[in-house]
Amino acid sequence: MHLKYESFVREPLVNGEKTYHQVTEDIVRPIEQKPGRMWYVGFFFSVALLAFGVFSVFWEVYFGIGVWGINRTVGWGWDITNFVWWVGIGHAGTLISAILLLFRQGWRTGVNRAAEAMTIFAVMCAGQFPIFHMGRVWDAFYVLPYPNTRGALWPNFNSALMWDVFAISTYFTVSLLFWYSGLIPDFATVRDRAKTKLRKRLYGVASFGWTGTAKNWQRHEALSLVLAGLSTPLVLSVHTIVSFDFATSVIPGWHTTIFPPYFVAGAIFSGFAMVQTLLIVCRKILGLEDYITVGHIEAMNKVIVLTGSIVGVAYLTELFMAWYSGVHYEQSAFHWRIMGPYWWSYWAMMTCNVVSPQLFWFKKLRRNIPFTFFMSIIVNIGMWFERFVIIVTSLYRDYIPGSWTYYSPTWPEIGFYLGTFGLFFTCFFLFAKYFPVIAIAEIKFVLKTSGESYKKKMEVIEEKSVEEFAQEHAHH
Amino acid sequence: MAIKKFAVGCYDDEAVLFPAVDKVRNSGYKLHDVYTPFPVHGLDKALGHKDTDLHVAGFIYGITGTSTAVGFMSWIFTSDWPINFGGKPHFSLPAFIPITFELTVLFAAVGMVLTFCYLNQIMPGVKKHVFHPRQTDDLFVIALEIGEHTSEQEAIDFLKSTGAMETSVQIAESEWWYGRFDKEEEYEKLNPAV
Repeated sequence: MHLKYESFVREPLVNGEKTYHQVTEDIVRPIEQKPGRMWYVGFFFSVALLAFGVFSVFWEVYFGIGVWGINRTVGWGWDITNFVWWVGIGHAGTLISAILLLFRQGWRTGVNRAAEAMTIFAVMCAGQFPIFHMGRVWDAFYVLPYPNTRGALWPNFNSALMWDVFAISTYFTVSLLFWYSGLIPDFATVRDRAKTKLRKRLYGVASFGWTGTAKNWQRHEALSLVLAGLSTPLVLSVHTIVSFDFATSVIPGWHTTIFPPYFVAGAIFSGFAMVQTLLIVCRKILGLEDYITVGHIEAMNKVIVLTGSIVGVAYLTELFMAWYSGVHYEQSAFHWRIMGPYWWSYWAMMTCNVVSPQLFWFKKLRRNIPFTFFMSIIVNIGMWFERFVIIVTSLYRDYIPGSWTYYSPTWPEIGFYLGTFGLFFTCFFLFAKYFPVIAIAEIKFVLKTSGESYKKKMEVIEEKSVEEFAQEHAHH
Repeated sequence: MAIKKFAVGCYDDEAVLFPAVDKVRNSGYKLHDVYTPFPVHGLDKALGHKDTDLHVAGFIYGITGTSTAVGFMSWIFTSDWPINFGGKPHFSLPAFIPITFELTVLFAAVGMVLTFCYLNQIMPGVKKHVFHPRQTDDLFVIALEIGEHTSEQEAIDFLKSTGAMETSVQIAESEWWYGRFDKEEEYEKLNPAV
């Protein structure tokens, strides 16, 4: 038998005395119980928001895109801002499940399932905006390359917007597959302990008839590893391509080579903030504090402070390059961005994204749960402003002063945005009720190396001298 | 599709499972399969399973995606409907990179997941016999096939000697079939309750 051993320097990933069975009990409990009052209140509030969103979209489709506040100068407003914001949020899940898998970060096991779910829901929300921004939404299928009766006129594959169609749809599909392939064994766990017939039947279908043979697990591991390898460049490519929507244009303020890394860092930054927002509430309500520990929250806060600082450096580089380029248009774009009528959005972005996350350099604050929750909201507000600043304040004062304008959203735009919150939280509430919020099999896999009670058993070994240890455990 | 008789042993720890697997393989009993609630590293080696070639399949799907994307876009822009985009070359390979990459990943991922389901014979609506309801929870299950010339009692005693905490003899379908997990098949009703 090989020795399962992990250094004491690492915090346990699972707190408390847990057996494999206890892990199942803890994680499946919310599925088998009736949801609490808070769940119903939250769920119906989300559905109400969603309904309002549907109404706002209906209004826009019926009367045309003129009901929005966008105009000839500011052609992209809240819609594209929200699109980029949601796509950005959708980056944390796959980052956690793919990149951290390749980096062998054990703590991902506690949060990956919920983070991936969040990714999928966020990408669903993001996708609504470009589709309805098209105006004549019933012609949306024109972006698909299929042999058509318009002379077989193909979409322009050299356009960044077309790249985006491929990037987002691929990202959504691959994230969904990755997420679901991990869920299959956990659904089987729920199925085999189900007490009601309906649950047994539904989870039986959802688990694809999984029984967990050794060979199936071997293939499952191979699949997860390759999907992680594929998703790692994919997650970086998606926001890179989103940034190409801007960077390949010739608008001052958008035409920058720094955009791809800057967008990716920002996406991870906002994604982790959203994971914090959701999981801090989730772990409390579902009683999963032993699995999503303060250590997990701290690890994510470290990612937030790193990516927040990268974003900060990018903002300053952008400013420096605007000045250093000596290009008049570039300089005025940044002048109007910082000191024009939209100054408040620029400074909101700077405060929320660059200044406030620096507080996470303090360990006390990184491990403070209410503070983390507050900061996660601040970061998401900041990242929304970043996209607003990039989009609107690069457009509103263009080359001809006669076309300068001020843009504010109308109610259908705001309603659309609120509606995507409704969609997001409706999905998340359903997820929290009907899906195992934590990857059960993965937790069991790390339990004996990283569980608190198992680590304690290693104290005996820890006290031994190196020679003694080698004598007992060296391979002969 | 074959209904067979199985001797089933359940183990509560992977440390007991590994020596048990070794003993089973040396004993001459026909091993049906080993079921675990989570991936146990080294079990495939202990059972003598070869490494899976799933990743090779993934590579082939990926290459298919790459060539589909490059071929399709090149064909459109050079022969089917060449369009002049600001005097840029028709065959503009750098501009094809993003879509080529995305299609590579898409083909590889979708292809691999479908292959995974095919190899494991899993699909919505598929049912397989579950030897112990806790085999997806906290028990490690070894199922031995009992033929005409094998004694049930000996097999059970053997499993107990390897450290099984719970044993049973079950008549079960050895393959998958279309079915519902909330409904018991006729032969399943004959089995002792587990």
